[in-house]
Amino acid sequence: MATLSANVPDTRIFSGTAWSWITTVDHKRIAVLYLVTSLGFFLVGGLEALLLRLQLSRPELDIVAPDRFVELFTMHGTTMVFLALMPLSAAFFNLLIPLMIGARDVAFPRLNALSYWIYLFGGIFINISFVAGGAPNAGWFGYAPLTAVQFESTHAIDFWAFGLQILGISSILASINFIVTIINMRAPGMTLNRMPMFVWMSMITAFLIIFAFPAITVGLILLIFDRYLSTSFFLPGGGGDPILWQHMFWVFGHPEVYILILPAMGIVSEILPTFSRKPLFGYAVVAYSGAAIALLGFGVWTHHMFTVGLGPIADTAFAISTMAIAVPTGVKIFNWIATLYGGSISFKTPMLFAIGMVAMFIIGGLSGVILGSPPIDSQTQDTYFVVAHLHYVLFGGTVFGLFAGIYHWFSKITGRLMHDGWGKVHFILMMLGFNLTFLPQHLLGIDGMPRRIHTYPSDMGFDLWNMLSTIGAFMIALSIVVFAVNALRSTRSGEVAGSDPWDGGTLEWTIPSPPPVYNFAEIPVVNSQYPAWDAKRGSGHTGADNPTLEHDPNASHSNIHMPNPSYWPILLAAGLVLAACGLIFHQVLILLGAMIFGISLFGWIEEPAA
Amino acid sequence: MSSPSHVEHEHHSSTGLDNRKLAVWAFLGSETMFFGCFILVMLINKHNTLGGQGQEILDLALTSVTTFVLLTSSLSMVLSLAAFRNGSIVWGRIWLGLVILMGIVFLGGQVYEFSEFVHHGLTPSTNLFGASFFTLVGFHGAHVAIGVLWLTTVFVYSYRGRFKSGSDMWGIEFVGLYWHFVDLVWVAIFTLIYLV
Repeated sequence: MATLSANVPDTRIFSGTAWSWITTVDHKRIAVLYLVTSLGFFLVGGLEALLLRLQLSRPELDIVAPDRFVELFTMHGTTMVFLALMPLSAAFFNLLIPLMIGARDVAFPRLNALSYWIYLFGGIFINISFVAGGAPNAGWFGYAPLTAVQFESTHAIDFWAFGLQILGISSILASINFIVTIINMRAPGMTLNRMPMFVWMSMITAFLIIFAFPAITVGLILLIFDRYLSTSFFLPGGGGDPILWQHMFWVFGHPEVYILILPAMGIVSEILPTFSRKPLFGYAVVAYSGAAIALLGFGVWTHHMFTVGLGPIADTAFAISTMAIAVPTGVKIFNWIATLYGGSISFKTPMLFAIGMVAMFIIGGLSGVILGSPPIDSQTQDTYFVVAHLHYVLFGGTVFGLFAGIYHWFSKITGRLMHDGWGKVHFILMMLGFNLTFLPQHLLGIDGMPRRIHTYPSDMGFDLWNMLSTIGAFMIALSIVVFAVNALRSTRSGEVAGSDPWDGGTLEWTIPSPPPVYNFAEIPVVNSQYPAWDAKRGSGHTGADNPTLEHDPNASHSNIHMPNPSYWPILLAAGLVLAACGLIFHQVLILLGAMIFGISLFGWIEEPAA
Repeated sequence: MSSPSHVEHEHHSSTGLDNRKLAVWAFLGSETMFFGCFILVMLINKHNTLGGQGQEILDLALTSVTTFVLLTSSLSMVLSLAAFRNGSIVWGRIWLGLVILMGIVFLGGQVYEFSEFVHHGLTPSTNLFGASFFTLVGFHGAHVAIGVLWLTTVFVYSYRGRFKSGSDMWGIEFVGLYWHFVDLVWVAIFTLIYLV
């Protein structure tokens, strides 16, 4: 690694006034906004989980009142899925997609900013409910008729329904942006089959989002009509069908699971080769199996509904499709293991988290195959076995994968490495705490402890496992404290990383950390899946000395034209969310929001784009 | 690409397609799922009348006329874009104005239809036939209304120096793609709800 100018990385693109952040359209700065916001919501969701575990630590406690308990598990799920993990993935999409494909920004920089602001305001909107009469309380999948007006006459459900609509808009807009960016803005020579695997998984995720979210959008519209216009789409009394909600939710909800896991799989597919010093084994198969997972993911939704009574034929068909998904998933896992095989492995923190992700995801995948069997599912439906399974997939899989990514690409933002020793402490604590929390929940589920209950009597044999689970949860919390302190300290005083601390193979490692505002002084020409490796190995030098891929900090780039900052995205988002507030608080706000929205729209159109 | 003389963006494009057009296709793909869900809900509830008003209330004659008008408007939209591209800004405006007019006629027919139904005792809360019908057709109507507003904006912009010969026609192409899509959705709705 070349120490070209000084020991201090040039982080000027991340400094600047609050106004410069509000108006930014730079994908790297928006990535930082997504990162910080989603980690903030991750803490909120985590605190909710700790309260739940505290209440369940011993039998017949009353630390959290039953009504509050219901709100907490609803908001824990909603927050983690929509406000923490999806946006954390979006932080990686924002940071990495343009850098990995050799682009200067995403296709629509202002739209990108708009997606972020809608997300931020939408997240705040949902959480306002805690102080505005009660938080959502029908579970994160909001089953009818729990959401009906006659069972919840406060605005708790309205906050949830409007909030998810707002977040859905943000996700769809962001996904359109990423799809266009990936399809249309790749560097010359970067064919689809030379894209980094993370970019592949990002593209598949974006397609999943634009095709899966409309189902919940429509479901929520019908729900809102049931609540506001006295229709009865989901109410049997008026001829409606609560099961219709379940279909609409899970037609979205199952692809959503893959929306959450595929980005983490992409991250792991970048980290394992880097730290094994080998290309990804079976590149094409890994890419296509990601696509297969996404396609099959649309055809398995009723495995969430085996106990509804759809009949043996439906159950059989969906059990088969569910188990079929294990095939492409297994293919990925074998390819990851084969990538490790024979590699010269270095166990840095990102690698530990990546291997942890693969290991934990295998356990979650196996319990998923178990739950895919209707007879077993009928026994374990709505028990802690399901809770254990989904946490092995979404925590063991997604969270471990995303933390691997944070450790791996931290220096691309800050110019400095996170402390590896403390990173390993974080990993060990989290790995132990995670398994202590969720492994016993398998047993609780098999023993018949239902999920979403406020407490339990002491003679059921649940005491020990619940206590262990709570201790594990606090170990996870401790590991997050270690992470937070490490991240904050490393931002200021971590070891200076240089452009390429891990000897990476993809394009982002060929430019300085943090990258200049235009990313690439010259758009690189790509001839393989690992262009940076080729450049380094080919010339026999480090990447810093390679003339074709390295950016020259002293060259003049005044001719590179980057998009101007804009305040219309934040105003447009504010108008949208204000209008949603109006639907709950006062009609005047709808008018005000619509006005701001309309003015911003025309301001946006009139503004010279670049 | 709208016109060879105009360089859209300095970005090169891997597929040769305009970024914005690709984005619109992705958006319309998402919208297809959106309307697909509404249409499915309508089909599920088509005979769910609880003894109240049902499919027999639909006025096939009136809707056939407004359907014809809406579909014709797509032709007018095509002619408008072609005229603007050929540098005939006057004809471009005429065809565009006709699209707006036909859109308004369609919406007028829908407002009349809705008020007739309410008059005959079919509201969104009457039964699920009504609820599904008003939701599906209402959301389609909202799309048409947004289209009319959008077309009107484009119409006004044509007086403000846009869409001159050789300039970027994206503004017209964009609303055109949207308009054709909304028409196409109506073909599905008309066939599945009114005809079948």
